Amino acid sequence: MQSPEHWGGTEPFRILSADGTPVGDPQVGLGADALRDALRRMIVARRLDRECIALQRQGELTVYPGFEGQEAAQIGSAIALGSEDFVFPTFRELAVAMARGVDAVQYLQYHRGTWHGGPYDPRATRFGPICIPIATQIAHAVGHALGTKLDGGSGVTVAYFGDGSTSEGDFHEAANLAGVWQVPAVLFCQNNGFAISVPTAQQTAGEIWRRAEGYGFPGVRVDGNDLLAVYAVTRDAVARARAGEGPTLIEALTYRIGAHSTADDPGRYRGDDEVEAARSFDPIPRLETWLRAEGHVDDAFVTACAEEADAFALATREGVVATPAPPAEWMFDWTYAEPPGGAWARQREEALGG
Amino acid sequence: MAESWTLSGALNRALLDALDDDPRLLVFGQDVGRSGGVFRVTDGLQAKFGAERVFDTPISEAGIAGAAVGLAFAGWRSVIEMQFDAFSYPALEQVIDHVAKMRERTRGRVDMPITIRIPSFGGIKGKEHHGESPETYYVHTAGLKVVVPSSPLDGYRLLRLAIADPDPVVVLEPKARYWGKEEGELTADGPGIGEGRMLREGDSCAIVSYGSIMARVLQAADALAAEGIAARVIDLRSLSPLDDEMLATAARDTGRIVVVHEAPRTLGMGAEVAARVMELAFDFLEAPVERVTGWDVPYPPASLEERYLPSIERISAAVRKVVAY
Repeated sequence: MQSPEHWGGTEPFRILSADGTPVGDPQVGLGADALRDALRRMIVARRLDRECIALQRQGELTVYPGFEGQEAAQIGSAIALGSEDFVFPTFRELAVAMARGVDAVQYLQYHRGTWHGGPYDPRATRFGPICIPIATQIAHAVGHALGTKLDGGSGVTVAYFGDGSTSEGDFHEAANLAGVWQVPAVLFCQNNGFAISVPTAQQTAGEIWRRAEGYGFPGVRVDGNDLLAVYAVTRDAVARARAGEGPTLIEALTYRIGAHSTADDPGRYRGDDEVEAARSFDPIPRLETWLRAEGHVDDAFVTACAEEADAFALATREGVVATPAPPAEWMFDWTYAEPPGGAWARQREEALGG
Repeated sequence: MAESWTLSGALNRALLDALDDDPRLLVFGQDVGRSGGVFRVTDGLQAKFGAERVFDTPISEAGIAGAAVGLAFAGWRSVIEMQFDAFSYPALEQVIDHVAKMRERTRGRVDMPITIRIPSFGGIKGKEHHGESPETYYVHTAGLKVVVPSSPLDGYRLLRLAIADPDPVVVLEPKARYWGKEEGELTADGPGIGEGRMLREGDSCAIVSYGSIMARVLQAADALAAEGIAARVIDLRSLSPLDDEMLATAARDTGRIVVVHEAPRTLGMGAEVAARVMELAFDFLEAPVERVTGWDVPYPPASLEERYLPSIERISAAVRKVVAY
């Protein structure tokens, strides 16, 4: 297998080939420390992702959507953002959240079932609420970017979404508005090959990045398992947006190694051989191989990353398990800024035994 | 002499005053800019406040509502227009999943000060999809407030209150009443969101209604007075929250309640009014609550409109029935 099936068609922009050999200019503006940090983040994120699946199996988390295989797409794009930028994620961007400084335990309260979309502070972290309704967050990102533009701010808003999202009307509406309004936004699609069970080929007959032309802004297709390439195209898109040159659509080709979620059985729609083959495109060994060849990392560094990842996963587990169920008052506390009296207030008393 | 206002003009003035008061207020939607809106509610606003604050959008209801959510994250307050009742449906996912819930989803950290204006209801011999009563969809969604003005002065008040509210408010504007006139001073003072208005005193029974059809309710009450039936008339004006204390008082005072609305009967506001009255004042009721409503059918074509809408005759008959019970 040369590449996962849904990577057919236009060759994506690529700097490191699957075996870690440069096929483009690896000088993307990330120094040795930043590159080591990116690898470290990928290792830590994957370890936490696996811990989350274990936590779900042990009944400590509700259904959990893993992201294994998508670490380069998530971290490569996230580290191209500045503190003034804002992210509207889907439900699969834990690695982005971590790169944005969102506390992992707080984030996982969502999957713990102790609160909805934004258990962390979205404004403080500049990372929007976890968003389940497909593609709806893209319109939020475009509106947020419009607000920034009206304020004359320098921030860029990034919407993350998947290949399945691009079939939704909200993708079209949001992308069209982004073009018409020329907002400082980046529409970042992680095409991981599947919308639960439905492969990309049944999602669209075209190439997602090409949609951008119809909306009047640039689109780019990138190897989403190549951290250097993802970083480079995201950095460029952010720079364009920041300069007032409008939005960019990025299609990052990646592969969802795991199930859609812990409630999914991918054996029903794809073979183990396909998944094994996809592991040869794994983003982590790709970057690590190149960094070793460059002399930027060695066994000691990789071992230290693994140890840090273990410790982080364990600490996160302890934090998650220690998170209690919220008080029932929370059901009512934030429905309205100005809560109604009358029947609504009586219901609250009835529910809370007040 | 007090000035005379149409509902369209009063709503236009409410938007103008709100834009004047709050530099972080935006008004956007289809045709709200240069054309001033198909009902002229936004007439002149773009010329006065500029195309950055009052702007036309593509035909994109979900995108409009979604953008308002994102703008709220960025600290902007929005008034968005869904051009007609049935055209608000593409935005329902954004409204139900995000506009209504974002404050709760963020533990109160991000308010959604979004006003959704929707020209609603029938009575204008419109095409299909231009005469619907969508209120139940919105009233059934926690996190939203829903108001319906029935007159120009109250239209001004409710729109100002909706815009000032930190919570999202759906304003259903009775398009059949856009050009009806009322004299008086425009002010946001007076009954708030969550409060009804008694438009007419009476102790024989109480007619509860809202929106376009209020005009017929008042005509029916006039005619009934000539028969010696003193009908109290209540304009709900706030469908969510609902002023059930006013309903309970009406039930205690009159013992007889008739609810009138254009929306189909099943799960319409009449069902909720009847339930609240039973919960709060069952022992005072002298007759079952009567509902005079649209039928459980799609809104009919123009030539059948009058067979669908509650007529003065149907309203009067229901009142006579509860009074004679």
